[in-house]
Amino acid sequence: MAKTIVQEFTKGLWDEIPPFRLVLGLCPVLAVTKTVANGVGMGVAATFVLVCSNLLVSMLRNVIPSQVRVPCFIIIIATFVVVVELVMQAVAYPLFLQLGIFIPLIVVNCIILGRAEAFASKNPPVPSIADGLGIGVGFTIALGFLAGIREAFGAGTISIPFSDTVIQLFGASYEPFTFMVEAPGAFVCLGLVLALMNLAGE
Amino acid sequence: MRDIIRMVVVLGVMAAVSGALLSGVKSGTAAQIEYQQLKFVKGPAIKMILEGCSNDPLVDRFKLKDGDVERGFYVGVFDGNPNAVAYETSGKGFAGPIGVMMGVNVETEKLLGVGVTTHSETPGLGSRAKDDPSFGAQFGGMSVFEPFKVKPDGGVVDAVSGATITSRGVCEGVTEGGEIYARLKPQIIEQAKAFGK
Repeated sequence: MAKTIVQEFTKGLWDEIPPFRLVLGLCPVLAVTKTVANGVGMGVAATFVLVCSNLLVSMLRNVIPSQVRVPCFIIIIATFVVVVELVMQAVAYPLFLQLGIFIPLIVVNCIILGRAEAFASKNPPVPSIADGLGIGVGFTIALGFLAGIREAFGAGTISIPFSDTVIQLFGASYEPFTFMVEAPGAFVCLGLVLALMNLAGE
Repeated sequence: MRDIIRMVVVLGVMAAVSGALLSGVKSGTAAQIEYQQLKFVKGPAIKMILEGCSNDPLVDRFKLKDGDVERGFYVGVFDGNPNAVAYETSGKGFAGPIGVMMGVNVETEKLLGVGVTTHSETPGLGSRAKDDPSFGAQFGGMSVFEPFKVKPDGGVVDAVSGATITSRGVCEGVTEGGEIYARLKPQIIEQAKAFGK
């Protein structure tokens, strides 16, 4: 584990990019990637929770008794998730309506608990932040990428995150391939991306 | 034994800190969240009814007790005169309750318009009561105290075609809204005055 801070950050962007390499946290990946705005919104919320929980878990790693470490991690994670939920309602209410139940479900996202258990509880705060940020940004990129493919073909648009702008890609005559924005389209799309990632990795 | 005490203390302290933090965040964001919910759920109907007012009706609002329920009123200022209020009632629709926002001019006691806020009506049929502004607009200029009925029931209101039950529900809501206005009129006028500039 003699990695530098930069390596801890960049591993989350390719080598351990959560949904595509670790194949973790698929519930939001499949459910909220109908539009780029939703996907990136979800990614940013999860990144915030991940960085904060990694930092706190790492700071408290010598205080928390190992027998009750999972309940302690859950308290920390759940606290930040509720903070995100409240803040999102206050500043981005339409996004909150779109993401709905998937915001509270960040609590049980295995990426976040996984990083707390596997990394933050064994490493000092600074690498933990780098790790959380890297994995979080990787998660956001993955969500945005998958959502981009699905939205482009499924609706013929790309919505810009954190604004109301929607770009029409193919003009008005484009007949949307709606299969892509429905649930089965998410599985097909994810499968294709996983296959491409494996090909690229070989 | 020592281990158990340590576990209890650590978990207890963490839960307490988390609870304190969350109650802080909750009370800090409560006002903003209420405003956002108003803006996106009731805002479009209020904006349509009180079109052209010089204030923000979502900020200039007050609450009144009507028996057991508390009702929210949104004030519209026209030409520096806070003479319009909008408030919500509800009627029974085809598939569930319909939230009906109605605006009243407190000087002439005539309706300014009616808009649907929340509903679970059939998309494309009943939902047009919300999406087609001309349905709500036809209430404009009518007296608040009139009982409203759709034309098939012998009234004056044009029902949305294909959605008579929805339209009837909206009329029911507006009629009930007139009763609410009659009950609370002195308080409404009193409270609305406070928003005059």
